[in-house]
Amino acid sequence: MAGLELLSDQGYRVDGRRAGELRKIQARMGVFAQADGSAYIEQGNTKALAVVYGPHEMRGSRSRALPDRALVNCQYSMATFSTGERKRRPHGDRKACEMGLQLRQTFEAAILTQLYPRSQIDIYVQVLQADGGNYAACVNAATLAVLDAGIPMRDFVCACSAGFVDGTALADLSHVEEAAGGPQLALALLPASGQLALLEMDARLHEDHLQQVLEAASQAARDVHALLDRVVRQHVREAALLLGD
Amino acid sequence: MAMEIRLPVARQRLPESLDRDTQKHLVVPGDTITTDTGFMRGHGTYMGDEKLIASVAGSVERVNKLICVKALKTRYNGEVGDIVVGRITEVQQKRWKVETNSRLDSVLLLSSMNLPGGELRRRSAEDELAMRDFLREGDLISAEVQAVFSDGAVSLHTRSLKYGKLGQGVLVQVSPSLVKRQKTHFHDLPCGASVILGNNGFIWIYPTPEQREEEVGGFIANLEPVPLSDREVISRLRNCIVALVAQKMMLFDTSLLYCYEASLSHQIKDILKPEIMEEIVMETRQRLLEQEG
Repeated sequence: MAGLELLSDQGYRVDGRRAGELRKIQARMGVFAQADGSAYIEQGNTKALAVVYGPHEMRGSRSRALPDRALVNCQYSMATFSTGERKRRPHGDRKACEMGLQLRQTFEAAILTQLYPRSQIDIYVQVLQADGGNYAACVNAATLAVLDAGIPMRDFVCACSAGFVDGTALADLSHVEEAAGGPQLALALLPASGQLALLEMDARLHEDHLQQVLEAASQAARDVHALLDRVVRQHVREAALLLGD
Repeated sequence: MAMEIRLPVARQRLPESLDRDTQKHLVVPGDTITTDTGFMRGHGTYMGDEKLIASVAGSVERVNKLICVKALKTRYNGEVGDIVVGRITEVQQKRWKVETNSRLDSVLLLSSMNLPGGELRRRSAEDELAMRDFLREGDLISAEVQAVFSDGAVSLHTRSLKYGKLGQGVLVQVSPSLVKRQKTHFHDLPCGASVILGNNGFIWIYPTPEQREEEVGGFIANLEPVPLSDREVISRLRNCIVALVAQKMMLFDTSLLYCYEASLSHQIKDILKPEIMEEIVMETRQRLLEQEG
């Protein structure tokens, strides 16, 4: 613990940000022509790519098809070159399965699945560079990809991580801050209604501080929403211009 | 041997043209379209808290009392009378399952299929057993939509002699929203190839057959070798379609023809380069505008 203080006396973090400041976000929709929807997002140094196929007929076991709504199938994988040390198993390990389940839970809450009975929607997310906030970057990328595919959703799903150091809640943790071992909260939010799609926390946090951390994460998610909103509007405007005639 | 190397270049943003912008109301999911309860909600919207909220990113279309949001890209939604090009995925008991880029696989019933020779008779058990001889998994067919089931699945028929199994050619998959609805979707282009513009976004380019064989009904695959000149025309057309789609232009026979003519000054493989794509499509747009007014 010697040498690396996550929050300095003047209120600056390791990478020079303030406590509630997000990293720089850049996103693009429609990166793959072959998929129904695709998106790429960079949150600081974390880079994630999401691809959506569907809705289409159930492949594989027909018996798993739900008669009244669509099945959302998410797969999370990390590129072998994404972490500091080369990752041996890109998909199929426990963490990836758990992330896949969390993504599925998040998107089943947001996508209007009742419109597509007996169909399947596939969401594949890959992390190309992992520098903290993997789940958040994946959710943000997948939201843009689902929008690009034209699948109806209740609202955007915006996610951000938050931590707690020295009595202050930090928003959008980088890998250095995550590895320091403090409490980390991941939150996925539907901004218009303020409803939470997913809330997950690692490590211990005193309940008195929970409200503060939740507030920080919610505010950060809303800031992410403002950015993603701008990206989508720009994309729609460009497409509308080209299709205009 | 010359080698071409390209370096990554930042994408150029489109210039904003103000008069077009004010015409369309663009929304993203979560946006409130209206709080007036008098409107009926169409596709792309849902009702939440007494407000009409958009569920896809696109432009709002209002027809009298119906509000819907048209997404930029969707899967194909079948409508009766559409021409589609599809690929057989499964052979089931009395029907085939056809993949048509829609949200459920389409169905082609044995009774909706033309028998070879064009005969009209009741389908017997032998026909059922011989289904795989007509169409097997992986074959491409052209068909017309007969009916749409309640869950959105589409039922096809190939009851005319112009539909049936497709032989040699090239398939291009595009978004269904880019194919313009016209009176006919089978075109024989003067440049020397024929094209089927499927409403589901599957476009089939094939060499123009020498003479129309009426009695065959589209089952015997013509496996004669296609001459090089025809192949070049087909490749050029395919690249032109890719260029038009990249620049999001509607696809119909005239736009395809103009794009083909505009591309004649370039080599076929050069058409796929971004700057040449822009140039060709710009020229096509101008010609179409001149033709209109």
